[in-house]
Amino acid sequence: MTPPPGSLLTAENLYKAYGPTNALDGAGFSIHPGEVVAIMGPSGSGKSTLLHCLAGIVTPDSGTITYDGRVLSSMSDTERSALRRSEFGFVFQFGQLVPELTCVENVALPLRLNGTPRKEAERTALSWMQRLEVDDLRGKRPGEVSGGQGQRVAIARALVTGPRVVFADEPTGALDSLNGERVMELLTEAARSTNAAVVLVTHEARVAAYSDREIVVRDGKSRDMERAV
Amino acid sequence: MSIGHTLLGLLESGPRHGYDLKRAFDEKFGHDRPLHYGQVYSTMSRLLKNGLVEVDGIEAGGGPERKRYAITEAGITDVERWLATPERPELYLQSTLYTKVVLALLTHRDAADLLDTQRSEHLRTMRALTDRKRKGDLADQLICDHALFHLEADLRWLELTAARLDKLREAVAR
Amino acid sequence: MNVRQWARDLRMGARFAFTGGREGWIRVLLTAVGVGLGVALLLLTTAVPSVLSARDQRSDARADYPDRYGHEQPAKADDTLLIAKLDTTYHDQDIRGRLVQPDGPRATLAPGLTKYPAAGDMVVSPALKELLESGEGKLLRERIPYRVVGTIGESGLVGSRELAYYAGADDLDQHRDNWQVARLDGFGGTEQMSERMDPVLILLVVVVLVALLMPVAVFIAAAVRFGGERRDRRLAALRLVGSDSRMTHRIAAGEALAGALLGLVFGTVFFLIGRQAVGSVEIQGISVFPGDLNPTPVLAACVALAVPAAAVLVTLFALRGVVIEPLGVVRTAKPARRRLWWRLLLPLVGLAMLYPMFGQGRDNGDFNKLLVIGGVLLLLAGVTALLPWFVEAVVGRLGGGGVAWQLAVRRLQLSSGSAARSVNGIAVAVAGAIALQMFFAGIESDYTSQTRYDLDRAQMSVTIPAGTPLAPVTEKFAAVKGVRKVTALGVGSAGDKSWRTGEGPDNMAQIAIGDCAALRDVAALPSCHDGDVFALDVSWNDEDTKALAKPGRTLHLGDSEVSGKALDVKWTVPQGLRHARAVKDANGMERGGFLMTPSALPAQAVRAISGEFYLSLDESVPDVKERVRNAALAADPFANMTVWTSSEESTKFVAVRKGLLVGATCVLLLIGASLLVSQLEQLRERKKLLSALVAFGTRRRTLSLSVLWQTAVPVALGLLLASVVGLTLGMVLLKMSRTPLSVHWSSVLSMAGIGAGVVLLVTLLSLPPLLRLMRPDGLRTE
Repeated sequence: MTPPPGSLLTAENLYKAYGPTNALDGAGFSIHPGEVVAIMGPSGSGKSTLLHCLAGIVTPDSGTITYDGRVLSSMSDTERSALRRSEFGFVFQFGQLVPELTCVENVALPLRLNGTPRKEAERTALSWMQRLEVDDLRGKRPGEVSGGQGQRVAIARALVTGPRVVFADEPTGALDSLNGERVMELLTEAARSTNAAVVLVTHEARVAAYSDREIVVRDGKSRDMERAV
Repeated sequence: MSIGHTLLGLLESGPRHGYDLKRAFDEKFGHDRPLHYGQVYSTMSRLLKNGLVEVDGIEAGGGPERKRYAITEAGITDVERWLATPERPELYLQSTLYTKVVLALLTHRDAADLLDTQRSEHLRTMRALTDRKRKGDLADQLICDHALFHLEADLRWLELTAARLDKLREAVAR
Repeated sequence: MNVRQWARDLRMGARFAFTGGREGWIRVLLTAVGVGLGVALLLLTTAVPSVLSARDQRSDARADYPDRYGHEQPAKADDTLLIAKLDTTYHDQDIRGRLVQPDGPRATLAPGLTKYPAAGDMVVSPALKELLESGEGKLLRERIPYRVVGTIGESGLVGSRELAYYAGADDLDQHRDNWQVARLDGFGGTEQMSERMDPVLILLVVVVLVALLMPVAVFIAAAVRFGGERRDRRLAALRLVGSDSRMTHRIAAGEALAGALLGLVFGTVFFLIGRQAVGSVEIQGISVFPGDLNPTPVLAACVALAVPAAAVLVTLFALRGVVIEPLGVVRTAKPARRRLWWRLLLPLVGLAMLYPMFGQGRDNGDFNKLLVIGGVLLLLAGVTALLPWFVEAVVGRLGGGGVAWQLAVRRLQLSSGSAARSVNGIAVAVAGAIALQMFFAGIESDYTSQTRYDLDRAQMSVTIPAGTPLAPVTEKFAAVKGVRKVTALGVGSAGDKSWRTGEGPDNMAQIAIGDCAALRDVAALPSCHDGDVFALDVSWNDEDTKALAKPGRTLHLGDSEVSGKALDVKWTVPQGLRHARAVKDANGMERGGFLMTPSALPAQAVRAISGEFYLSLDESVPDVKERVRNAALAADPFANMTVWTSSEESTKFVAVRKGLLVGATCVLLLIGASLLVSQLEQLRERKKLLSALVAFGTRRRTLSLSVLWQTAVPVALGLLLASVVGLTLGMVLLKMSRTPLSVHWSSVLSMAGIGAGVVLLVTLLSLPPLLRLMRPDGLRTE
């Protein structure tokens, strides 16, 4: 099979086993630039594993992942790391900000990993923090800000490198609904404005409602509801 | 929703013409279904008959009905009573979806597929509501959220049912 | 607050210590090993007094010579003994040697002996026996050619590794005149020699003790805090189920107490093992019998009480700034900025305590031990006090650099206190070690630099008692492989009256006999032929020579060393007496008196002339010195040798310095272990974060480097501070002992090197878990 035309990131027939359990059992996925796709499903269904495979954090046992014409699944770890640094952004549920660094330093971190000089990186970081309305937290440490603020900082960090795909794994999982919605709004808005695709893992329907379409994962198998209808 | 009580409530801020009442209602509450003028007219005559409103005056010239209504003391009391009475929580004990799922299982059709399709449909609606909420004002947001929460509740039920399909299949087969 | 509740809480804590699963065990084990090592060292220290007194007793009981020198010797009887002191040196080890010749069957018996060996036989110490039997002892066997017939018992030796022998002789009567021979009717100091111990040596001992024990204390304090963060979380869980904050503190103290008590057990075991090992160890010529190594009961009891008490106190002190809430541990809001003044006060007061003792030196030094201990303690404690401030101040100013550096620096800025605490032990140990190394190096050069000697002319001198003809001895020396040149001088004295008279001569002058080449070494001779006699013009302090150097005057030749039956050979100052100017000889001194060529000396005077040989050696020839010693002793058993090379002398301290280095390395490794523990603990806590960082593309190298920096920066700062304090203390000690100041950079560098090694090791060992934690599994929430 060839990836559907115009697709930015495609996965076909992914298999991944952790010990005796099959986390992925023939799952597939596809996303276009600027698209927001929700991966839904009950817990333990393999949502996160699918995201990790798509992002090149985990290599599937078999199956192909194609990103922008390149076969992700056959890249070396170093190449995939470089890809994650420059083309992908990440938001997790919690525990992703370095507690010792200030917020602006946290946001600037991916740029600095790419070799951007500190001053310039922090300037760019601050402009993203402004867009996410958290620029007043620049000197604070993650321990000193609220959960919602922390997630916004994390989103700023995910977007700071101008990624083409943002992977968000339960980004609102630790937030109340008001904060969660605000975070989703900011995330999708910011992604749309940069034409970045968003892969969103969530089990909450109201969060999934911010997506353009959803994929359901159940027992390691995926179901693309758009195409099924 | 009780249109009579809503119109009465709108009158509390001051006397209005029937046409003004319809406009005010549509603006605040009638997002999806604007009020027919006939509805206003019939409601107002009922309220008049019950002594909850009175005619404050009739404007000369112009249209057929230029009556200006004002709320009476009894009307104010009635609005107060209505607001203070809690709404009965709606129960959804007779669910079409449940029926469909059980039937699918009984006829050995794919119930999971049914649930997925339903979820997709729900999400489509939720997406539309979310989109509207994003573009709308606070009133829009609150109304959409109300709907979203209800849909979410449905979805949760869908998830739960999907997770219990095997047990349900056994129960149904018995 | 009742006792029962205390006991209950402490017991509960102790139970937690042992029931915490694998991790709990490891924690307790680490604490126990750490405390145990400290306790072993403390016990060893408490055993020092008993060791010293045992050595003193034994050494006193076998005293024969020179303790009895100058006393009237008993007349020959059937309970007396002729004994000759023939101490020698072999491969830098001193050997106590005695020739014995009983005057009768009831001759007084030396301690450790059951009977005296017959002539040609000997009894030896176990260590000497080993040495003689080994390949290393080949040349020594030539020197001590006697047949081994037994060993000396423990009571006759001061240490387990002492080299000693008693050899039987039958010709000691002939050497009665030699000062090395004496007749005894009993062993043991008849009167206590009130020998004043070298004050510098006392200073050294005190400083060694303080410098070694201080890091032990710091380490014990650190050891009881191993794994503290994990424990704090457990305590938080206890708060949640209803224990109050005081209870949690007591429970924590109970945990520490359990570790400390187990540490006491470990320490006792370590000490017993170490005690056995000690028997086969020799440091600076001092060895100890395991049996002598008994902790002084009072001091040992102090250790047994103080260590657990300290563990409890340290824990309570450490928890002072920590509020354990039911939902987690809160360090009391931003700790106040560390203040400098009182931290600086400690070392300054220490310096002030030591200052009055500056320049007292070895000869008239009287060091107030309390002031010394207090001063050294305060100076070293200054390191512990200054380090947290120093780390905070420096780390707070750090910035720039790459991501790895930034991560490490920020981490340190947030918790500079714990970083400083963990390297405190390293800093104190290194500061003490540097100071001691410097002190040793200083004393060493002071004790050994024999600048008088002209090492270009000779590296060894041999003196042979009067009576042995010089020429054959010279030939023997010349035949030794590696001897380049032998300069032989006969020396004696010339007096104006007979040496046999009661008071001896009024005026006397030195005489030296040698060939022209030998004489030219001691005087500037315009010309020289055999038969010439010269009088040396010395500018000062030799009025005697002026008085005696009158041609035609008759002088009496003799040897002032030989008392009693001194010879009396007459010699007339010849008419052809010439004058010459003395030059510095190989000894670095100017001679006075007369110089004679061999034929100018009356033949019968030979017995009044003792021999002095100056040997120039090719030191690249192995064992050349041992061969010379053998040759000399073969020529005359009473020959005395002096090695002039300063390098040989300094090897005495090499062992101490090595020991110090080994000790410091052990302390550093131990502290490295504690660094590793806290490092791993910290990494585990950050599992999620690490995975997230890897997810967005952080290179493993970056994270590994940040771990390296995180350890390296505090250690480097600790070493820097330790170097400054150590060098200061070293200089103070040198000043106190009035030794020329010289910075001993090699010790500073070696310590820094070891420190760097420890950092690398800790980082290397924490890499595998780090890499494992960086796997994406950490992201999985299920």
